[in-house]
Amino acid sequence: MLDVAILLPSFLNGVTTGAVYALIALGLTLIYGVLHIINFAHGAALMVALYAVYFLKNRAGIDPYLALPLVVAAMFALGYGLQRVVINRAGHGKDENILLVTLGLAIVLENLALLFFKSDTRTIETAYTLTTVAVGPATIALTKLVAFAGALAAATVLLWVVHRTDLGRAIRAVAKETQGARLMGIDVEHVYAMSFGIGLACVGAAACFLLPAYYVNPQVGSGFVLVAFTIVVLGGMGSFAGALLGGLLIGIVESLGGLFLGESLGQIGIFAIFIAVLLFRPQGLLGARP
Amino acid sequence: MRDLVTIAAFAIAVAVLSSVLRSGVWTTFLMMALYAALLAQAWNLLGGYGGQFSFGHALFFGTGAYVQVLAQTQAGLNAWIALACAVASAAVVGTGVGALSFRYGLRGSYFALVTLAFAEVFRILAVTVGFTGGGVGVMLPLRESAANLQFASRQGAILVVLGFVVAGLLVTAWLRRSRFGAWLQAVRDNEDAARALGVDPLRVKLGAITLSAGFMGAGGAFYVQVFQYLDPNIAFGPATSVESLVAAIVGGIGTLWGPVLGALVLHALAEFTRNLFGDAPGLNMVIYGVVLILIVLFVPRGLSGVGRHVRAAWRPGRAG
Repeated sequence: MLDVAILLPSFLNGVTTGAVYALIALGLTLIYGVLHIINFAHGAALMVALYAVYFLKNRAGIDPYLALPLVVAAMFALGYGLQRVVINRAGHGKDENILLVTLGLAIVLENLALLFFKSDTRTIETAYTLTTVAVGPATIALTKLVAFAGALAAATVLLWVVHRTDLGRAIRAVAKETQGARLMGIDVEHVYAMSFGIGLACVGAAACFLLPAYYVNPQVGSGFVLVAFTIVVLGGMGSFAGALLGGLLIGIVESLGGLFLGESLGQIGIFAIFIAVLLFRPQGLLGARP
Repeated sequence: MRDLVTIAAFAIAVAVLSSVLRSGVWTTFLMMALYAALLAQAWNLLGGYGGQFSFGHALFFGTGAYVQVLAQTQAGLNAWIALACAVASAAVVGTGVGALSFRYGLRGSYFALVTLAFAEVFRILAVTVGFTGGGVGVMLPLRESAANLQFASRQGAILVVLGFVVAGLLVTAWLRRSRFGAWLQAVRDNEDAARALGVDPLRVKLGAITLSAGFMGAGGAFYVQVFQYLDPNIAFGPATSVESLVAAIVGGIGTLWGPVLGALVLHALAEFTRNLFGDAPGLNMVIYGVVLILIVLFVPRGLSGVGRHVRAAWRPGRAG
């Protein structure tokens, strides 16, 4: 059982899936870090982005990887608009209201998809869908390798924005001390909306890397959102490096768990880690003590 | 005292209504609205009065439901005894989850996420282990008689769930007046200040989650008795958790009648849109979601807050 020829493909599979998880979780952790809300519409947003990629490929013939700038920009605009027009107004400064609104948004988005696209599970065909690459003794699908590299590149861009630009400085200032940031002349509402927009843009990028090796249906997001929560908590809420590390770790745990325990019970490893981290180290692996 | 009178009036009114209604549509509506109210009340005990927002109340619902069905099919117990077991085991699971999470000081988002995760773990376990029937689910054999807690007419089921709703109202009313309730609300409003005054937050929160889980377990048991089928997704899936908390928040958390009102309004809304757009899948839920967002936008303190506001505005000589 503990043969490299079996373990390595499973490990590679986990790392590549984990990178996409990490990208989704980065968006979630950014939104949490700045707005202090758990965005329950995150999975629904992923679903929307996946449909966008699907229709761009099937109707317009645009390759998923080439569609990236389009989908990322559209998701950013969607996030910015939602935060400005709906979430911010409905919040009234109360956490439970913001939570209900994101929940309501998720219900609306998922059922709009159900209404227009029915509950069919759809996949796309590309020239490279079945291409595989040899990595040492293992072979891995090319799409997964591209997803891995792309997710890491997107994460790098995000980290660069947050740590090296004026916008990033404003985001970090608002995350740390909202009132202080406002007094320094930062437009807090704008930063909120930018953060939500960037959070959904991450999801848009993830969708482009995901779909060539995955599928889309109206419920596809709910599976990811729980995993993304786990990663965010594991890495420490609001910690970017933590989300990146947590994503890779969860991907590997899921893949190896599936190998040893079977598909359905394998998932339990994720939640066992989740609960253990929440109980014993709620600040996360890389988070600072609250 | 005034609470007791209104609760009694409510109980009598619903009981009379259940015997007057002839149409199956309306009796089913009444039963499902009361059932939704029970779940919302259960959530409100912990979320509204204890300030602990759970996202995994399906955990207690599913525990109650599985114990209810398995105690009858596997252990051969009578349905009423199974009901007692279901409520007790849900309460025990509640105490367990509470002991784990409150002991380590989980609050706010962290508590919400840990309850969500516990419900997921139970869902995966229910799929995997053998005695729950796995993903295929379990059936409760049809044996209609009051002794088996299965009723040929809807009225019997309505009276049972009404009993639970009234019990929930009485417990809530007790929370508003009793010393324990005062401790609980003190912990909700400021845990550190409450501790400084000698309240033991851990014990108080444990009491609240145990009560809340027990009522949720009763809801699960009732579900199985009526629908006679259970699978891991129905039992531990997120839908029930969401349903219970949305009804409570929309109605107004930390109030006596809010959860009942919220459940009634949301259930009516869901039924109405389903009848209107039943043939287009998803459209009814789109409207449900939009109305939910609108309620939060315009009635942020819950529907029962509106009633109070209107009453205050109409009372003469108390302007403003």
